[in-house]
Amino acid sequence: MSSARLRVLAIMGVSAAVAACAGTGGGSSAPAKSSTGIWMGSAGPHAVQPLPDKPRFGKPVSEADLAAWNIDIRTPDGRGLPAGSGSVSQGQQVYAAKCAACHGADAKGGPVYGTMVGGIGSFKGAPRVLTPGSMYPYAPILFDYIRRSMPMDRPQTMTNDEVYAVSAYLLNLNGLVPANAVMDAQSMPKVQMPNRDGFLLDDRPDTQATRCMTNCK
Amino acid sequence: MASNTSRRNFIRKTAALTGGAFAAAGAARAAPLPVAPSNQEPGRIIDETAYGMPSKFEAHVKRRRTDVFKNRQNLSDWSMTPLQHQPGIITPNGLIFERHHAGTPDIDPKTHRLVIHGMVKQPLEFAMDDLTRYPSVSRFHFHECSGNGLTDWLKPASTTVQQTHGLLSGVLWTGVPASTLMEEAGIDPKGKWVLFEGADSSAHARSVPMEKVLDDTIIAYAMNGEMLRPENGYPVRVVIPGWEGNVSVKWLRRMKVGDQPWHLRSETARYTDPMPDGKWRQFSMVMETKSVITAPSGGQKLKGPGFYEITGLAWSGSGKIRAVDISVDGGRNWREAKLEEPIMDKCLTRFKAAWNWDGSPGVLMSRAVDSNGYVQPTVQDLQKKRAIVGFVQHHNAIQPWSINAQGEVRNVIGQA
Repeated sequence: MSSARLRVLAIMGVSAAVAACAGTGGGSSAPAKSSTGIWMGSAGPHAVQPLPDKPRFGKPVSEADLAAWNIDIRTPDGRGLPAGSGSVSQGQQVYAAKCAACHGADAKGGPVYGTMVGGIGSFKGAPRVLTPGSMYPYAPILFDYIRRSMPMDRPQTMTNDEVYAVSAYLLNLNGLVPANAVMDAQSMPKVQMPNRDGFLLDDRPDTQATRCMTNCK
Repeated sequence: MASNTSRRNFIRKTAALTGGAFAAAGAARAAPLPVAPSNQEPGRIIDETAYGMPSKFEAHVKRRRTDVFKNRQNLSDWSMTPLQHQPGIITPNGLIFERHHAGTPDIDPKTHRLVIHGMVKQPLEFAMDDLTRYPSVSRFHFHECSGNGLTDWLKPASTTVQQTHGLLSGVLWTGVPASTLMEEAGIDPKGKWVLFEGADSSAHARSVPMEKVLDDTIIAYAMNGEMLRPENGYPVRVVIPGWEGNVSVKWLRRMKVGDQPWHLRSETARYTDPMPDGKWRQFSMVMETKSVITAPSGGQKLKGPGFYEITGLAWSGSGKIRAVDISVDGGRNWREAKLEEPIMDKCLTRFKAAWNWDGSPGVLMSRAVDSNGYVQPTVQDLQKKRAIVGFVQHHNAIQPWSINAQGEVRNVIGQA
């Protein structure tokens, strides 16, 4: 599907996609990219019944009522970071109580997981050492991930101050913030992460294999 | 019907014409058949109290964790589908591979809620009995983990096809088109991405482009004719056809519309592909065209020279399978296999090829071609483009299986 057709699809909604794909059996369209440049593969052939009277079963809800669920952080600019703050030294205490059992002393690796410190500059050779310091392009990823998933036996139970503090401690262990640093919604997005420019958008297909049938090697 | 005498003559003549293999097989005469106990004893009565299970003689057909990767905990873990035991293109629900980031929750459908919010006209909340009232769709799709094959890149580590390719299943998903719910909430024209988030204790989340959500994404509550299994997302999940499994967030609780991706840990530090220059390829979500021979496959043993049906699975995250080629000489010469209907978009396709094994060592390979003309690469083709060492993703290379003179089948990825 061409990008022009995708724009039409986005404007007109799915009925345009049905008209474009019905009867073709799909599959013959070229790989397509989204308006934001993401490779999506070919569009799927599918038929959605036209609905003269659209059923509407969703119950209106307010953003305020969703506050406890609304935990995502848009990590490049930190949008969604909550009020609160935490220091490196506070984080050291939280880490000892809630993280060290799996991740080990000083986040250097424990009985369950490997190191969360170091690895900066290791991606051109082997082994690549993946840590928050070496891998995360944006510091607020730490807040988002720790709050949604950690500690593994009791996630979404730490206070925002505790999450900021543990984040500050891990950033300090990786040499990315000083020992007196305090993380909050303003300071965290400003931390410069070494892998910030370490990503490229999907540029596949990246192979050009041919269909040789005889005496191929 | 021919008399016994003429049938024996026919068999004798046919054996003479077809030569060695047929004659050898025909020479072993079957013993007289006794009446079986199952003919002479009543069977079990209908059990209305229990879910029906496979025969006790099929107890070896089950999901297994990897034999290779030593996981030191089992909450963020995976189990693999026994593809060597799966005929056809549909994986039974009890054999569909699992990948969880923090174990399987047991969620009560009566209390579960799904919300859509963010850049929409009206944030909405749905109960399960709301979702099941909408007009539904049922579609067959393959489902594959981005890490399928992660232990077997440049050298073989796994023995069986379950261990090399078993983060793959074929499923008939049923649910509501995501577009139906999105339209009801009313998408802000600036809303280009959707965050999907789970109700599990990892609250796993991914950003997906709006165009894909409106194209063929399903908010699914059923699989293969019954409600989702707990380990596959009960009571509701998203299914994003043809893309790496982890974007199809299970135990779905939240869809949030935004104008840009969130760049979460699961789309930066994980599920990205290492490149030779030290960079990481991001948002590589389409699962590229791939195939694998499931029989004969690793760990199996041929019963001597003669006829075998080479069979396997092919799939593409970007369309349909157009052709599958087979080689029995390690990729020197190829011939086209037969594709078995139905051949569907972003779905497993079964291929078959007759083969008379002459008893000499060889290497079997399959090579898929999709409806865009893309040809499945070799691991060497991938190696030229990607830094394929260690724990990596999106491995769609040709899988070679070697056969020695004893008929033993072995994984020789990267060696052939």
